[in-house]
Amino acid sequence: MSRPYLRLASEAPAPLSASPIIEMRGVSKTYRTRDGDVPSLKPIDFTINEGEFLVVVGPSGCGKSTLLKMVAGLLPPSAGEIRVEGRTITKPHPGVGVVFQQPLLLPWRSVFANVMMPVEVKGLDRTIYGRRATELLEMTGLGDFANKYPWQLSGGMQQRASICRALVHDPKIVLMDEPFGALDAMTREKMNVELQRIQSTTGKTVLFITHSIPEAVFLADRVLVMSERPGTIAAVYEVGLERPRTLDVMADPRFVALTQKIRHHFYAQGGLD
Amino acid sequence: MTQAKRRSVWDRLQAPWVRPALFLIGLIVLWDAAIHLFGIPAYQVPSPLDVIVTLYQEWPLLLREAVPTTTATIAGFVLSAVFGIPIAMLIASSKTVESYVYPLLVFSQSIPKIAIAPLFVVWFGFGIFPKVISAFLLGFFPVVVAAVQGFKSVDPDLLDLARAMEAKRFQTFRMVSLPFATPAIFAGLKVSVTLAVVGAVVGEFVGSNSGIGYVLQRSIGNFELPMMFAALVVLSLIGVILFWFVDVVERLVIPWHASQRRDFLVAA
Repeated sequence: MSRPYLRLASEAPAPLSASPIIEMRGVSKTYRTRDGDVPSLKPIDFTINEGEFLVVVGPSGCGKSTLLKMVAGLLPPSAGEIRVEGRTITKPHPGVGVVFQQPLLLPWRSVFANVMMPVEVKGLDRTIYGRRATELLEMTGLGDFANKYPWQLSGGMQQRASICRALVHDPKIVLMDEPFGALDAMTREKMNVELQRIQSTTGKTVLFITHSIPEAVFLADRVLVMSERPGTIAAVYEVGLERPRTLDVMADPRFVALTQKIRHHFYAQGGLD
Repeated sequence: MTQAKRRSVWDRLQAPWVRPALFLIGLIVLWDAAIHLFGIPAYQVPSPLDVIVTLYQEWPLLLREAVPTTTATIAGFVLSAVFGIPIAMLIASSKTVESYVYPLLVFSQSIPKIAIAPLFVVWFGFGIFPKVISAFLLGFFPVVVAAVQGFKSVDPDLLDLARAMEAKRFQTFRMVSLPFATPAIFAGLKVSVTLAVVGAVVGEFVGSNSGIGYVLQRSIGNFELPMMFAALVVLSLIGVILFWFVDVVERLVIPWHASQRRDFLVAA
């Protein structure tokens, strides 16, 4: 049954070739509400290596956004420990850039000023990072739109600008919470190709959250499949497809087999809402 | 050729000020017609012509009396903004402050200002001060309500975004919350400025020897109806000009907001 390119973490653990940049040890989250405690995430042990593109895929409400917020330092874990570059995370930290489901660009700032926001907040050098912002905008095809306002841009362009904003202060890690969920299918595919290119040119570690299985397989070095609430790791798959990948890869039998295999996890549990 | 000319005249008639002006002229004609048709005596309703003549003849006096009213209005309005916006910030940022202050603020609004206006004369005499206080009291509440609404409706995701960048409290306020709340604050300021005019006139009614409110009261006492109507015209002019001024400032401060975007989209 097990093929060489489809490896379940439980069957054969991934070799520790690179150094881990994000480590989670017994991390769990329970929300306290008036009706009692609601467990959102069962204890999770996991590491993400430097330069790795890790995609978390799971049904709505499996705690995958919670996981991302905890890594960003926006939410404290109820138990366990998260370490980023060896330091325990208790509050927001400088090593990450976050891309949310909505672009969340400030309508009163130009595209360029939006991208520069982290630079302003952190008090970094505006000339050096201004040049970087311009480069990033050019790399994402927004060079001519730097002085436009966000609401003059299409949804895909807005999301690209918000990716530039997450990258401008040169963080080692980029956290992306369903960044293309609000886009139409065609734009979404284009953005996937583009994100792959951005990641390979910048060499960032990416933690990407989605509920689209093809998107996960297309982008990931490893796919982490989560089960329904309370979330746990159902399986981890290594995606053995060569890079750079084009959209044609989706017709590759290995791609089809892997998406199929991931999909079975959700069918077994009653579907991906 | 002639068609093109006709079109340019037609285009000029589409300017935004033309329609209300035409409507106003229509109303004045109706007013005049009604007086003649029903034989309304001049001591009840003056004819529009009488009012216009009075406006023309008494213009220097009306202008002179408009100064204290306008001053009191602006002073009261500025006080409303200066106190209203920070108080709204406190209310929006702290549940404790909100629970203590907000209900009392709402309660204080149910006190009729006209009823307590004479008290300000007792406290502050016949000068400009009671008028300013009265204008402030009327203008204050809309600013607070609108600004609280504005500060509270900041998208929580935007706050998360700022937090993920390690923004300090003040940075978040300056870069996210304040600009986000500005359109709502301006909505409040526009209501406030028109109410401040009312407040200033109320202040002049109860105790003053200057201002348009004083002219109004004196002319009604003497049955000088054309004068009274002329004073009303001046009073509405003050309100309109101040409102227009706030509108212009709004356009300069929040050109990015959806309500102001027309020109921008054409440019894009």
